[in-house]
Amino acid sequence: MSPDKKTLVKMYETMSRIRLFETKLQEFFAAGRIPGFVHLYIGEEAVATGACAGLTNADKITSTHRGHGHLIAKGGDLKLMMAEIFGRKDGYCKGKGGSMHIADFDLGILGANGIVGGGGPLALGSALASKYEKTDAVTICFFGDGASNQGTTQESLNMASAWKLPLVFVNENNGYGISCPQCKSMAVTDIADRAAAYDMPGVVVDGNDVLAVHEAVTEAVKRARRGEGPSLVECKTYRWRGHFEGDACTYRCDEELKEWMAKDPIPRLEEKLLEGGVLKKKDVEAIRARIEQEVKEAVAFAEGSPLPTPAELLEDVYA
Amino acid sequence: MSKKTYLQALNEALRQEMERDGKVFIIGEDVGQFGGCFGVTQGLYDTFGKERVMDTPITESAIVGTAAGAAASGLRPVAELMFVDFIGVAFDQLFNQAAKMRFMFGGKAKVPMTLRMPQGAGIGAAAQHSQSLEAWFMHIPGLKVVIPSTPYDAKGLLISAIRDDNPVVFLEHKLLYGMEGEVPDESYTIELGKADVKREGTDVTIVATSLMVHTALAAAEKLAAEGISAEVVDPRCLQPLDKETILASVKKTHALVIAHEAVGFAGPGAEIAAMVAEEGLEHLDAPIRRVAAPFCPVPFSPPLEQAYIPSADDIVAAVKAIR
Repeated sequence: MSPDKKTLVKMYETMSRIRLFETKLQEFFAAGRIPGFVHLYIGEEAVATGACAGLTNADKITSTHRGHGHLIAKGGDLKLMMAEIFGRKDGYCKGKGGSMHIADFDLGILGANGIVGGGGPLALGSALASKYEKTDAVTICFFGDGASNQGTTQESLNMASAWKLPLVFVNENNGYGISCPQCKSMAVTDIADRAAAYDMPGVVVDGNDVLAVHEAVTEAVKRARRGEGPSLVECKTYRWRGHFEGDACTYRCDEELKEWMAKDPIPRLEEKLLEGGVLKKKDVEAIRARIEQEVKEAVAFAEGSPLPTPAELLEDVYA
Repeated sequence: MSKKTYLQALNEALRQEMERDGKVFIIGEDVGQFGGCFGVTQGLYDTFGKERVMDTPITESAIVGTAAGAAASGLRPVAELMFVDFIGVAFDQLFNQAAKMRFMFGGKAKVPMTLRMPQGAGIGAAAQHSQSLEAWFMHIPGLKVVIPSTPYDAKGLLISAIRDDNPVVFLEHKLLYGMEGEVPDESYTIELGKADVKREGTDVTIVATSLMVHTALAAAEKLAAEGISAEVVDPRCLQPLDKETILASVKKTHALVIAHEAVGFAGPGAEIAAMVAEEGLEHLDAPIRRVAAPFCPVPFSPPLEQAYIPSADDIVAAVKAIR
């Protein structure tokens, strides 16, 4: 079943929001305005967007080091995110976490994660809590192709299946674990094949097709809500930028990048929406203008927020 | 009040907390019908069922991470690792995830989980099943570290650990499980971070933890026969550490010996010695001495293992070297 018009437009907006937010980060990083380092999601927007479009705030996600897209797709506040990435006091984590450690428990965002494969076991706990409390909340565990090789991920797939936890493993296969291509780090072509080892459904979808992602994850979420256990959805995609900003990307060629840029998920949905009469050209322009304004306001909020003071250093170590 | 073993005291703490709070559950390897590797969770499966006493696969990262994720989602898990030595398999989920969640998320997360792990040598379990690793956990901001030495302390501290809103590492000693002591039948708490003076004395302070508390008490008896009055202080928690009680004792006795079963180099005693040197040097009239395991893995063969574990005579010798 194809999503309703409202969901389609929401997904278009979400992908655009991620793209414009991160394009701004890319610009700021190059200008030396962001401390630390950032891992951008540009090119992979369809995965987070399609996966989260059908979730409620009661549903949970665990995210990764490349987490901005997941957070925005789950409803994260751009102002609080931007302020956090700027290291400001009014950021999501009072400047204590930065790009890799943003969480919003009220929205079901259990945190981005600096450790590859770190989110799987936490997602088990979140899904177990839903089962224990007999709610119908589902947890989505986002993880990359690199994380798919970690023991934590395999442990999590196993236990989620053995315990029939309401969990959906959404694999973002962007082809590279930092510089290492998939063919060097695993013998399988499809990470979804590993689902069979744990007796759970495993499907491969075009991760640059937001509708395909949405359909597959929606199916998996329904299954999880019915109490039938976890699924693995592998989304084949590509990151346009390096592993981190500043990565020279010597491990891949321009042709490959160009091929994937031609499969940009945002114009793909835009064309469908224009063809289907869901949006008109002027609607698209209005959406873009509105989101540009949101990003502008987020930047102004971040810039207007004070830096934390050393007096705050020892706060929140313990509850 | 009745006589109970350390193990029974722990079991009673778990049972009473599970009865009190439906959010408390147990998760670990063989903790269900089997009752736990050493028997600490015996009978709980029969009372509370598999929904609250959960047997896991032998995958320690999944155990610790599930506890952390469930705690961050509002539950109050008590996870058990069969031996503290297995924490290496799961360490990321404890020190990078559970311990840091609150701080890195700017105070938004609460991670009220307890991680119970037996440690210590003395049963011929060799190098990978006998270590005392408390120093590892003391070094991680965000964790609390509890290390009870008596049945009474074990029960009150475990109840406090379960009710605490932070990740608490709870280190039991295998050789203490069978030790008996007076334990109230009703539920009670012992504040985390409060030391206990196990024996009063005037000539030397012996700060000892876990099994070494009893070794230190035996040493104090021997010393008393020779006219040396030793005070034995059990910190009970290493994080937070009750500096005041230790410093007050040193102020009275003017001498300090620290005894623990963990290896001496960079062990918990190093931190306690440094703290006293920094904050109480003026009270001391003798050098600080540490009695600890030597810098080698725990050996298997009984004579080697006995040589490895600090003895009462080792403590007596350390005291006599400065008194």
